[in-house]
Amino acid sequence: MNFAALKKNLKKDVLHIPPVKVALLGDSSTQLFNHALRGYGINENLNLEIFEADYDQIDQQVMSGSSELYEFNPRFIIIFQSVEKLFAHFCEKNNQHRSQFAADHINSVEGFIDAINGNSRCNIIYLNFAELADNTFGHYANKIDFSFTYQLRKINFELMDLGRKHKNFFIADLSALQNAFGRAYAHSPQIFITTSMVHTIDFLPHVAKSCVDIIKAIQGKIKKCLILDLDNTTWGGIIGDDGMEGIQIGSLGIGEAFTQLQRWVKQLKERGIILAVCSKNTDEVAREPFEKHPDMILRIEDIAVFVANWENKADNIRNIQSVLNIGFDSMVFIDDNPAERKIVRDNLPEVTVPELPEDPAEYVGFLQSLNLFETASVTEEDGDRTKQYQEEAKRASIKKAYTNEADFLQSLSMTCVTREFEKMDIPRIAQLTQRSNQFNLRTIRYTEDDLKRVTASPDQFTLSFKLGDIFGDYGLVSAIIAEKKSDTLFIDTWIMSCRVLKRGLEQYVTNQLVEIASRHGIKKVTGEYIPTPKNGLVKDHYKNLGFVQENNVWVLDVNSFNQFQTHIKEQENGS
Amino acid sequence: MEVNEIISQVNTIFKDVLDNDEVVISADSTANDVDEWDSLTHIQLIVAIEKHFKIRFSSGEIQGFKNVGEMCAAIKNKLG
Repeated sequence: MNFAALKKNLKKDVLHIPPVKVALLGDSSTQLFNHALRGYGINENLNLEIFEADYDQIDQQVMSGSSELYEFNPRFIIIFQSVEKLFAHFCEKNNQHRSQFAADHINSVEGFIDAINGNSRCNIIYLNFAELADNTFGHYANKIDFSFTYQLRKINFELMDLGRKHKNFFIADLSALQNAFGRAYAHSPQIFITTSMVHTIDFLPHVAKSCVDIIKAIQGKIKKCLILDLDNTTWGGIIGDDGMEGIQIGSLGIGEAFTQLQRWVKQLKERGIILAVCSKNTDEVAREPFEKHPDMILRIEDIAVFVANWENKADNIRNIQSVLNIGFDSMVFIDDNPAERKIVRDNLPEVTVPELPEDPAEYVGFLQSLNLFETASVTEEDGDRTKQYQEEAKRASIKKAYTNEADFLQSLSMTCVTREFEKMDIPRIAQLTQRSNQFNLRTIRYTEDDLKRVTASPDQFTLSFKLGDIFGDYGLVSAIIAEKKSDTLFIDTWIMSCRVLKRGLEQYVTNQLVEIASRHGIKKVTGEYIPTPKNGLVKDHYKNLGFVQENNVWVLDVNSFNQFQTHIKEQENGS
Repeated sequence: MEVNEIISQVNTIFKDVLDNDEVVISADSTANDVDEWDSLTHIQLIVAIEKHFKIRFSSGEIQGFKNVGEMCAAIKNKLG
């Protein structure tokens, strides 16, 4: 990834990609950062329409409600305050104010957040500060609170707290990035002195990637699943030849390299990434280490889908995809064998297939450096996801025993808890609106703050649905936002997790919608389908539910509606 | 390396960075003579030239070059 290549991207025709408006505000010269952002965005299939404020105009643009910034009406605001300027400000303070420096800076950033939230609805990406060792006090700077080192680190720390407090405030970790590349790589004093540009041309693409990673995650472009090859990827050696005692994991040979990888993969699993195995092996032989090897960190219960056979890996990944029901573009496949990687890349170009280094010692650091698993939200339910997919596999096996769909659904004894959006569910619902691409009629993304506003509005109705059956709880799987407009109830948002397709939940939800409408004397329920490259699944959604198309809107007449029969029962006193 | 050879190599870098195969420079060329040569592309040219010849310009040099000739003389100096 180099700057010249990103700059060439700027000449590409991206008119077919809907633009995403981004404002870039900096206290240094940001023109080339702007080019890198746009160019890297095009790499990632994003058409960033960038408003670049004039040099060092952050305050004016953010604090004045009539500024060009708010007129531009961005979806994202990137704020880049440089450590060089920060240090200059620090030097202007006298000693007794220096111990207050971080607090003052954090206050001013919070002032930006409040002003932005008062004037617009957008996400803020703030670059934290690269470390700068001024060595006024040497290492002693760590022992006193009026040193720049102390105040700089305090700012970076407290920025994280601002991020925890304000849901639309995201940190791009420039400090970590400079740590990885080194200050000499990131910053050139000659270029800074002559142009006021803080970063080198070589470093800018990486800074751009950090920001674009965050934008992509907020837009729902995230990885959900990691597929692992086994021999020489998950452990050293070949299980079929070396046997369980001979594979390298733990203290044997270079086993520590694989232990490190497994430790990291386990972290991913615990935070909600689904793990799958795709290996050329005999099934029982491949499973044995997961069940019996004492040094294996990944255990069989960590793996949602385990595929070990002698078929083509591209076909096997297609199978994994159909079980999990997620997009190929949300899957990552790691394999030490270049030929296998090529087969998967050639057949399934949407799957991310990292070019793993040859030396297993480098695996984990390399994969971490790619930052493949960026996310814009984390909820407690994420950790249960593997269990949910394992339950789904059980349902699939039961389903085979029934020839009649209705009998199968009846046998599941499904129960549902229907509620208006409750405070504790807001993070999960925001996440659903951000991540659901397939079963999403209008693909409107909501942040948690947006949803709080929706729940407070008297004309907007919200419904959330939690489904469970004899095999387990699906959790909150569907959400509705509907708006009363005179005598119609317009469905602003209808999303559902694809895990509960074909359970009759859509019909159940329709019954509830009509009930709300009739309770409020509303005559019509209306809905709209806005096509995206991903939501073809629900193209005929409203038609299938008996809505009638009038112009571009689907209409359901409340009075003539006959309740759908479903196999779902509302759970009384549900919690 | 002779100055003429340096100018020729610098010319190739200009074509590449400015993304224009038509660009022809001589010792007398200044930023006014080349359309795409502005303060933004200047810094990209400097970085590309530094990488190509494996040299470093000082900040004074970066700001002070009056024309391509001065730049190439500085390169020749550094190459020794």
